[in-house]
Amino acid sequence: MSENNETGRVHSLETFGLVDGPGVRFVVFLSGCNMRCRFCHNPETWKKDGEEWTPEKLWQRVKRYRPYWKDNGGVTVSGGEPLLQIGFLTEFFALAKKDGVHTAVDTAGQPFCSDPEWMRKFDRLMQVTDLFILDIKDMDPEGHKALTGVGNENILAMARYLSDNGKKMWIRHVLVPGITDREEDLIALRDLISSLDTVDRVEILPYHTLGIMKWEELNIPYPLDGVPVPTKEEIARAEKILGI
Amino acid sequence: MDAVFNEAWEGFDGRLWKLEVNTRDFIQKNYRPYDGDESFLAPPTEATNYLWDKVQRYQKAERAKGGILDMETKVVSGLTAYGAGYIDEDHPEMEKIVGLQTDLPLKRAFMPFGGIKMAEQACQSHGYTPDPELHRIFNDYITTHNQGVFDAYTPEMKAVRHNKIITGLPDTYGRGRIVGDYRRVALYGIDFLIKQKKKDFANCGDGTMTDDVIRLREELAKQIRALEGMKKMAEIYGCDISAPAKNAREAVQWLYFGYLAAIKTQNGAAMSVGRVSTFLDIYIQRDLDRGILTEQEAQELIDHLVMKFRMVKFARIPSYNELFSGDPVWATLEVGGVGVDGRSMVTKNDFRFLHTLENMGPSPEPNLTVLYSSALPENFKKYASKISIDTSSVQYENDDVMKPVWGDDYSICCCVSATQTGKEMQFFGARANLAKCLLYAINGGVDAKTREQVGPMMRPITSEYLDYYEVVDKFERMMDWLAGVYVNALNLIHYMHDKYFYEAAEMALIDTDVRRTFATGIAGFSHVVDSLSAIKYAHVRTIRDTDGFALHYEAEGDFPRYGNDDDRADDIAVWLLGTFLDKIKKHHTYRNSEPTTSILTITSNVVYGKATSDMPDGRKAGEPLSPGANPSYGAEKNGLLASLNSVAKLPYPWALDGISNTQTINPDALGHNEQERIDNLVQVLDGYFDQGAHHLNVNVFGTEKLYDAMEHPEKEEYANFTIRVSGYAVKFIDLTREQQLDVISRTCHNTL
Repeated sequence: MSENNETGRVHSLETFGLVDGPGVRFVVFLSGCNMRCRFCHNPETWKKDGEEWTPEKLWQRVKRYRPYWKDNGGVTVSGGEPLLQIGFLTEFFALAKKDGVHTAVDTAGQPFCSDPEWMRKFDRLMQVTDLFILDIKDMDPEGHKALTGVGNENILAMARYLSDNGKKMWIRHVLVPGITDREEDLIALRDLISSLDTVDRVEILPYHTLGIMKWEELNIPYPLDGVPVPTKEEIARAEKILGI
Repeated sequence: MDAVFNEAWEGFDGRLWKLEVNTRDFIQKNYRPYDGDESFLAPPTEATNYLWDKVQRYQKAERAKGGILDMETKVVSGLTAYGAGYIDEDHPEMEKIVGLQTDLPLKRAFMPFGGIKMAEQACQSHGYTPDPELHRIFNDYITTHNQGVFDAYTPEMKAVRHNKIITGLPDTYGRGRIVGDYRRVALYGIDFLIKQKKKDFANCGDGTMTDDVIRLREELAKQIRALEGMKKMAEIYGCDISAPAKNAREAVQWLYFGYLAAIKTQNGAAMSVGRVSTFLDIYIQRDLDRGILTEQEAQELIDHLVMKFRMVKFARIPSYNELFSGDPVWATLEVGGVGVDGRSMVTKNDFRFLHTLENMGPSPEPNLTVLYSSALPENFKKYASKISIDTSSVQYENDDVMKPVWGDDYSICCCVSATQTGKEMQFFGARANLAKCLLYAINGGVDAKTREQVGPMMRPITSEYLDYYEVVDKFERMMDWLAGVYVNALNLIHYMHDKYFYEAAEMALIDTDVRRTFATGIAGFSHVVDSLSAIKYAHVRTIRDTDGFALHYEAEGDFPRYGNDDDRADDIAVWLLGTFLDKIKKHHTYRNSEPTTSILTITSNVVYGKATSDMPDGRKAGEPLSPGANPSYGAEKNGLLASLNSVAKLPYPWALDGISNTQTINPDALGHNEQERIDNLVQVLDGYFDQGAHHLNVNVFGTEKLYDAMEHPEKEEYANFTIRVSGYAVKFIDLTREQQLDVISRTCHNTL
């Protein structure tokens, strides 16, 4: 609890999240993200302009939902990119852990870096986080950059670091037809996953177009215009390669 | 004890229930709790498949004919008005449980005692011509319930009715909501019951003939005649129900005859079956133990009983169908629950009843209700959740909040209202539109649509911006007035119903010394809460027409809305409920009944909405009100659980008639796979009900399915597609397009 009362920027609260971590989850969406994924389904969370909350106030709010969690649920912080507010996040999770509640962070890993000061913070976060849900957008560094605007070396390093430190994780991959479904990349992803010791679950998230409306509202041209959602067969094929 | 009782009761424990009519005592002494899983269940038999296929064909033909397959036009319905009727008259032996309302499946009876005009209209609106002789008899010689009510109504009562601030009053149809203890027919046989009623008759009054004594004596005489009539009705089907049931098949059949007597003589808005599952399990278990019944045969009995409940029909007028769409009868039937002694009341039979939804597919009737507690066996909770996810045909009610009030042998007598089985009856009271009442408060009792002075001529609010305290003060006084005229209209209605359309068959299966509840109701709940919140926390500007009448409203700024677990709005909700109930309680209620209220609108939220103009919360004139205690459309910003938490704050003891909540969850949002979905739904139910909430309708499907069913009702897969609406279930394709759109527009909890 060394981070003194750092406030967080919260985009929105979802009391009923059932796919972002085990069981029934309260999902806190933080605002702010440095990635610009072309398939992003919540571009409204890119800017760090959400409502300001203290960790205590937020935990008081979230705690109300304990009757629904029992021993199969808890709180997930998503975004935006939650690691951009690592101090706030750590303090918030510390409160949850004090009450014995399961914590998960849903991240794309982009802020992960080797800077010792940052690593010290990350180690503290690991202490109060039960599960990391890590999105791996693309295995190919160039492809990753083209798709998201940033490279993936540090993201893969983060996966390795979590594994080395015995931290549980789920690996997620958004399947965009013709973009993130190349066989060699999926095989590379499978190889990565099998080299990690702590992966509990691997999930394919089929690309969907429900986010397009939000791009239009924000007046940003949608870069994947015309890209279809994957068919059941395409999803099954990817799952087969990943061994799900 | 007679030999006949010795044989029928062989192997049953207990003493008290043999000395007096006491079904609860019998159940408690003899049921066997089951905490295993569903793996013992049996698939449908050939006979079940054959008969259900027939019934589905009748249903299809009925739909093709515009909703009515056939109607009676000559014979007045009664216990022995018809000979025997069967699903397939060439194969009556296939039906393990027999008995139809009329002579043919799905043919609707002619029931004029509620009102001859309505009975005739029901025929005429479907192209049938009722016998003119009946018209003459029921106009010239007989007073109907409807006639009695309109003879006595005051002009003010007619005005509130006409202006639709009070709607759905049971003055043109049977009040329903009375659950006979149909189990008594099986346990005791009719002769034993007649003996008890004769004893009550002999002990009725001390000879001083007050109104109450005279009325009760007459009612008892009618009850005894009804019991005699039930025996004759059963004889038509070759059954002698004068003696108690000797085995499982007889127990199911005798019980059904009790219910059949009710639906042959009454067309109440709700004709519930009651809590029969655990009771029947005792008979089934005894036969299984004796080796004279197999599980397959046990399931067949339940399937065939349920098939009969699926076939109950009444002739209705078009305005009734607008209120309660989809042809519901609320043949509500309970499973689950926990006894006062803490033992789970779940038996194998509770699984069997839920299993009918698998053996014969989803169905709106019977209105299957799980009396829920987080203390129920995990296996049962999971099975119920699985059935919900697969069929959307089940509702849940919190046994933990109802049991302290009603004990452990209550039935649900309509959508969500509890009543002690065989001990109580209810005076059903429709609902008052509090949304309109708030508008009356602002506009001095003048109705926005008709511009009639309906309420008391109070000074209207003339300021441009609404002041919270001024509005609340006037609203309270307008509610005072409304509660008075509402309760008194109901007093009058129930007096006439008792007099001209008495439920002799149902009351014959209820204790003579009956406790009565007086069930009022609230419509427009969320809109009043949000409107008051807008007035309190934002600035609400009135927009007036040329007469200075406040017709539109504009809320400037943000305000908290009910449905987000925000105490600022939810506190207003709690205040509104408590205040309205207090005002109801001030008044004398007919036959010393106990006043209660509900937040429950059924599908009538659409009709109520049509009669309600713009509200300060932003709801536009004519738009449907949100149903029951549901938050308003689009108000929920934090997902399902926040919404559930808001509703859970409403104290059940203040709304003993029920707090209805309907929620739809997208299957993809409920979990990755079936097992996860089942576990997650159980957790949602545990968490919601552990906080003291009363009721939840659970639908599990996506809006795509609703759109597709609306556009392609002819697809085979939608023939039985059932959804839960406020307080009951309907086949989606039986709703009007307007109601379908309303269902679609409601929040589907759909996080991806």
